Amino acid sequence: MDLSITRRTGVLLLIFTFSSLLYGSRGEIPPKPSSGVTIFTVKPNDVPQAYPEPEKTNLPAFTINYPRIQIPFEITLWVLLASFAKIGFHVYHKITIWVPESCLLISIGLIVGGIMYSVHEEPPAVLTSKVFFLYMLPPIVLESGYFMPTSLFFENFGTVLWFAVVGTLWNSIGIGMSLYAICQIEVFGVQDINLQENLLFATIISAVDPVAVLSVFEDVSVNEQLYIVVFGECLFNDAVTVVLYNMFNFVAEMPVVESVDVLLGVTRFFVVGLGGMGFGILFGFVAAFTTRFTSKVREIEPLFIFMYSYLAYLVAELFALSSIMAIVTCALTMKYYVEENVSQRSCTTIRHVIKMLGSMSETLIFFFLGVVTITTEHEWNWGYILFTLLFAFLWRGLGVLVMTQIINPFRTIPFNMKDQFGLAYGGLRGAISFALVFTLPDHIIRKQLFVTATIAIILFTVFLQGISIRPLIEYINVRRTNRNLDNINVEIHCRLMEHTVAGIEDLCGQWGHFYWKDKFMKFNNRILRKILIRDNRAESSIVALYKKLELQNAMEILDTVSGDISAAPSIVSLYEEKKNSAKPKKKLLASDLKQMHDILSKNMYKIRQRTVAYTNKHALPNDSHTKEILIRRHTTIRRSLRPGSFQSSVVPKSQKYFSLPAGKSLDSKCPPGRLSYADYKDMGPSRRSWFGQPTRSSSRAMIPLRRLDSLQEAPSVDMLDENTGEERGSTSRGMSRINSTSSDFRIPAPRRHFYVDNDSGSADNFINGHHEEAAVEEQQQQPVSPSPTWSAEPRDNATRNPLLRRPQWNPKM
Amino acid sequence: MGASQTRSENKYQDLADKTGFSPEQVENLHKRFQQLSGEEDTISRQNLDSIPALADNPIRKQIVEAFFDKRNQHQNEVGSFEEIGFEQFLMVMSHFRPPTLKTTEEEKEALRKEKLRFLFNMHDTDNDGTITLAEYRKVVEELLSQSGAIEDETAKAIADAAMLEVASTNVPHMAPDEFYEGITFEHFEQILKGLEMESRMHIRFLDVNTTTMRCGKLAS
Repeated sequence: MDLSITRRTGVLLLIFTFSSLLYGSRGEIPPKPSSGVTIFTVKPNDVPQAYPEPEKTNLPAFTINYPRIQIPFEITLWVLLASFAKIGFHVYHKITIWVPESCLLISIGLIVGGIMYSVHEEPPAVLTSKVFFLYMLPPIVLESGYFMPTSLFFENFGTVLWFAVVGTLWNSIGIGMSLYAICQIEVFGVQDINLQENLLFATIISAVDPVAVLSVFEDVSVNEQLYIVVFGECLFNDAVTVVLYNMFNFVAEMPVVESVDVLLGVTRFFVVGLGGMGFGILFGFVAAFTTRFTSKVREIEPLFIFMYSYLAYLVAELFALSSIMAIVTCALTMKYYVEENVSQRSCTTIRHVIKMLGSMSETLIFFFLGVVTITTEHEWNWGYILFTLLFAFLWRGLGVLVMTQIINPFRTIPFNMKDQFGLAYGGLRGAISFALVFTLPDHIIRKQLFVTATIAIILFTVFLQGISIRPLIEYINVRRTNRNLDNINVEIHCRLMEHTVAGIEDLCGQWGHFYWKDKFMKFNNRILRKILIRDNRAESSIVALYKKLELQNAMEILDTVSGDISAAPSIVSLYEEKKNSAKPKKKLLASDLKQMHDILSKNMYKIRQRTVAYTNKHALPNDSHTKEILIRRHTTIRRSLRPGSFQSSVVPKSQKYFSLPAGKSLDSKCPPGRLSYADYKDMGPSRRSWFGQPTRSSSRAMIPLRRLDSLQEAPSVDMLDENTGEERGSTSRGMSRINSTSSDFRIPAPRRHFYVDNDSGSADNFINGHHEEAAVEEQQQQPVSPSPTWSAEPRDNATRNPLLRRPQWNPKM
Repeated sequence: MGASQTRSENKYQDLADKTGFSPEQVENLHKRFQQLSGEEDTISRQNLDSIPALADNPIRKQIVEAFFDKRNQHQNEVGSFEEIGFEQFLMVMSHFRPPTLKTTEEEKEALRKEKLRFLFNMHDTDNDGTITLAEYRKVVEELLSQSGAIEDETAKAIADAAMLEVASTNVPHMAPDEFYEGITFEHFEQILKGLEMESRMHIRFLDVNTTTMRCGKLAS
């Protein structure tokens, strides 16, 4: 939005200087070439004065040139006002739970409208057809497209399209026809509305708006299928609606409609839809390909995303294709590749800006809806409006019912009655409908009536359905899905199940969804990624999640520890932030904090630049260290340990005990030979060479370090290890090292008290060690590990989060 | 001819009752079975291994093994078959039957448990009722083996972390000298509690023969 505003501002300023100076009028309209419909009439009550009079030569000491800045100034104020309203709602959190935000925005709009009406002020004419389609709409759809849960979407692709395309057609035609029938009844006095106009109007009000419903669905966490169908339906139904709208708009002007026109209309429908999609995919790939080369210009990375999506939108518009389709597919296509290519911060920026622009557009539209409701002249026709409401409700319900019956046999999980209710009831009308009806051309005689009816239906659905949907959904207890399962086991098993099902499908020779997914992934990994992604190692989603969790976790701790990570880039998307805040924070004990802090300061190196403090824009950190987080982490631990700690002659031997928390319980149950420890042996120097230079400095910059002096203390660990080693004889250790496969590897209990048990030590000890360096609880320190080293060594301390407890490599050479 | 027709229909009906498939589905699967076995009565591991489409599946070993695992036959037996007949084949397939609208909640729960058990058995190769770390690691490694860039250590680390996660979720307060031996089925259930299985472990078995409509894309 701000992009568009700036652009618009530029244009406006030009226009301003050279042409009319509409001094004093609040309603300012950029002169529009043709059919753009303005909401409010212009009041040019001044002679245009582009330049000051030449004879005034004195230099004025103080001037005010309000007209010059009027338009951008007012736009800014409006945006600010709407944003303040948004802040306001969240002051009292509970309001937004029970009343959707759109309701509140409309209410505020109504109030502002009321005030303006009482002082006979007119709102600015922001909502013209051109402004809406070129500037307001793209951010909204870009947002939905970009944040669409991709895999879920493709799993339900058929259903989504079915509901979006056929459902919208069904609604438009159904409502249009029925309203046309109503128009024939003389009592209502609307005989002059012909079929085309009815259809046009019906199309407008069959665009459903997801925002309010989706936020409810998210909170209640209804099952994924329902969620994605509502999401996708709303998205694609915008596209369908706009296509239909343009079509009917065209048709409405024609005096007679022949059957050829209908046929052409149908053809056009497909051309427009598919063409838009084509451009979207094209630009998506181009964008992905471009970001392959942006590693040197991180500052403008996000810009490419916006420019390409906007370009896709504009080009599609140029050819009169479905621009919504274009921008949505563009976002869908590029998202995956772009997010891998760009740096983490750019990624965050992209997400935030997309969210910001989208919600701004939407806020403005709802806000204006409120204002306009009060300030325009309405044509109220009880019959027509009530029937519109009735039919909209009826046809939607009927449509969902009929269409689920048709689609259910094709679905693995059929929609039950509750789901259908959710679908039908979730059909709120919103911003798009309003904007579309407002941009209707003037030659439609009953435009006023249409506007009124649309506002009525929006208000009705948004307020009544929007407020009641949460209790209803909760009451009927729609099947729910827990979508917040962020743990590794779940991820592993999801993948496992996918592969299993794909395998079974192969086995029984029936190619379902998973078959295609499998095929696509293969194609993707072999070809697309190579072309589009700079660092094209295919990354399993398990690894990705693992990293993400680890990072999240670390950030959480950072948050708790230093309390000042304002400088640190936020690593999580907006959604995740929300999720995090909802999650109960892990409690961290004070004594832990410092230790964890140290762990982090030592270990949290650049992870795709995620945790680096912002540097100045010319010195964005380069990518050469972008490696797998854990490997880096382990390597750096090892490196950091090396210099100080291995002066003793036994270095090679004892080093690997390093990660052994000294006081840790050494479970004698486990025979020393059965160790998996040596698995890690091959973390050789070769890997270390990946990281040419220690990158620690960057993280230091961010974290106020309190201590990093564990190195000095390290040698005593050597001593300890040596002792135990000597006691046990080196055989066990030798064994353990040789036995590379972990036959019987046990995981220590996460919260275990240490007790000193040196002799059972060796082998298990370091297993524990690397499982639990981080996993040791704070109590464990007091039970005096014989080696003070370990309590000093930060890594043996625990966060209680399993991820930090994750095994680490033993430093070993 | 007519008699054999009815007999095979009866046979299908029996199997359908037993496994919950519809007779048409059974018939389809039987065709596939014969195709796989080369018109034999039983199928061996080699038959399944040679399916070209399966070749790229990272966990094909486990999948194939699941078919020969007696635990998946609902008969409280353990061990594995050398060859399986059509009935066993169907039995394994029946784990993936989707629920219908009529399925009650209890049945769904039971189905879910059955599927979990199936997964669990895939992990638990040595039949001892727990997934040990070694077993878990193996699966993770194989899952990740597809993307070649992942080092073994990564896979191991992930398996280890996952194991720790299970341990900490299930046994939050362990005695000091206790070790987490491995994931039992209860723990397995626990850790995947919130996970929706319905959309993931189901295959829509077709009523019609797909071999004639190879490219029929399924709207799902």
